[in-house]
Amino acid sequence: MKIDSIQDGIVLDHIQAGKGMEIYRLLHLDDLDCTVAIIKNVKSRTLGRKDIIKIDETIDLDLDILGFIDKDITVNTIRGGKLWKKQRGVPLPARLVNIIPCKNPRCITASEPSIDHLFRLVSEDPPLYRCAYCETAAR
Amino acid sequence: MQAPLRHLIDIKDLSVSEIGALLSRADGILARPGDYADACHRKKLATLFYEPSTRTRLSFEAAMLELGGAVLGFSSQDSSSASKGESVADTIRVVSGYADVIAMRHPKEGAPIVAARHANVPVINAGDGGHNHPTQTLTDLLTIQQSFGRLSKLTVGLCGDLKFGRTVHSLISAMVRYPDVRFVLISPPELKCPDYVMAQIQRSGVAWEESRQMEEVMDQLDILYMTRVQRERFFNEADYVRLKDSFILDVPKLARAKPEMIVMHPLPRVNEIQAKVDENPHARYFEQAVFGKYVRMALILFLLGLEKEGEAA
Ligand SMILES: [Zn+2]
Repeated sequence: MKIDSIQDGIVLDHIQAGKGMEIYRLLHLDDLDCTVAIIKNVKSRTLGRKDIIKIDETIDLDLDILGFIDKDITVNTIRGGKLWKKQRGVPLPARLVNIIPCKNPRCITASEPSIDHLFRLVSEDPPLYRCAYCETAAR
Repeated sequence: MQAPLRHLIDIKDLSVSEIGALLSRADGILARPGDYADACHRKKLATLFYEPSTRTRLSFEAAMLELGGAVLGFSSQDSSSASKGESVADTIRVVSGYADVIAMRHPKEGAPIVAARHANVPVINAGDGGHNHPTQTLTDLLTIQQSFGRLSKLTVGLCGDLKFGRTVHSLISAMVRYPDVRFVLISPPELKCPDYVMAQIQRSGVAWEESRQMEEVMDQLDILYMTRVQRERFFNEADYVRLKDSFILDVPKLARAKPEMIVMHPLPRVNEIQAKVDENPHARYFEQAVFGKYVRMALILFLLGLEKEGEAA
């Protein structure tokens, strides 16, 4: 399989296999007009299998979303067809604001849509986020 | 300079020394209630009860009235603004203009956090869904302090529904902060403590063990904290019928208890403690309910920044 190489854009590499679609959805990549490729289940020496996302435009990435889904992701920035910057790993965000909803039906955020969905990082290894209102764990 | 606004949403909002001060203030009020009869003169407590809890509401109202203050508010039986679709934030902004302190009961978890964010006066969480109920915990702590003179070096048996029992969760959060506390968790496998509560116990390093039978551990306990095992928590009737008697306290089960052991219960009790236990010297749950009023009086004084003259802050 061959995907056109990117001139100016972003390649998200070393995504845990299966998490590519979630990143696509949470980063709202479907709203972009440029070419976006999700490559699933690529063979990887380090991960066995991985997902890759190629975005043919330099967008402002929400690193909080990436850090929340998979902190070990690699962010490659491409300029003029060349690798311009490589960031291995993304910091775990301390807070998640309106990125994911709380799944607890008894949570106040479930009945009052105007309240921000807020999760806080409560432990790092493994990463665990809890709703700031009801303390339900994320996922 | 004005002191920063304080709320009580979660028992962990209070430091160990603040809890100590509240309990000794409550003790002072118990000893000389007359000294506090005008402590909240011209102050108003709003009780915003979005779901019924007559006992808790009356405890708050009695507390404020005994401090010489006034009470206003609604309970869910009234046509409250919430039933007309008003947000918690809007209700609180308005009520902040009428009252000096707010006690709020809400069926949704985290609602008091939203309230505190928009309030200009202290907000007390009087219970949010299955989540927190810090004034019940203060009541429990006062009961323990009054019985043993300490909150440390105690073996606490928690019995019944440890999964949904929020009073149990709050009591655990509070008591892991005291030295040499040990928990004995007595519940059916279906109703064990949730993971985040267990994580808290493990993080704090306090000793704990599990048991399926209160008789097995009765002789170790200083405190037996009972909660109700509700039929609707079980997937099938057969499991409920099989298990329910193990979690009902009767007089014979107390046979091996230490003489100073106390039986506590957040009330209302249904059948999980047989009526015959009420006259038993171990029973402490009705006194516990009375302590609730005194600890709420102490809390209201604390949150309003009112120190009695001549008393150390
Ligand atoms: Zn929540």
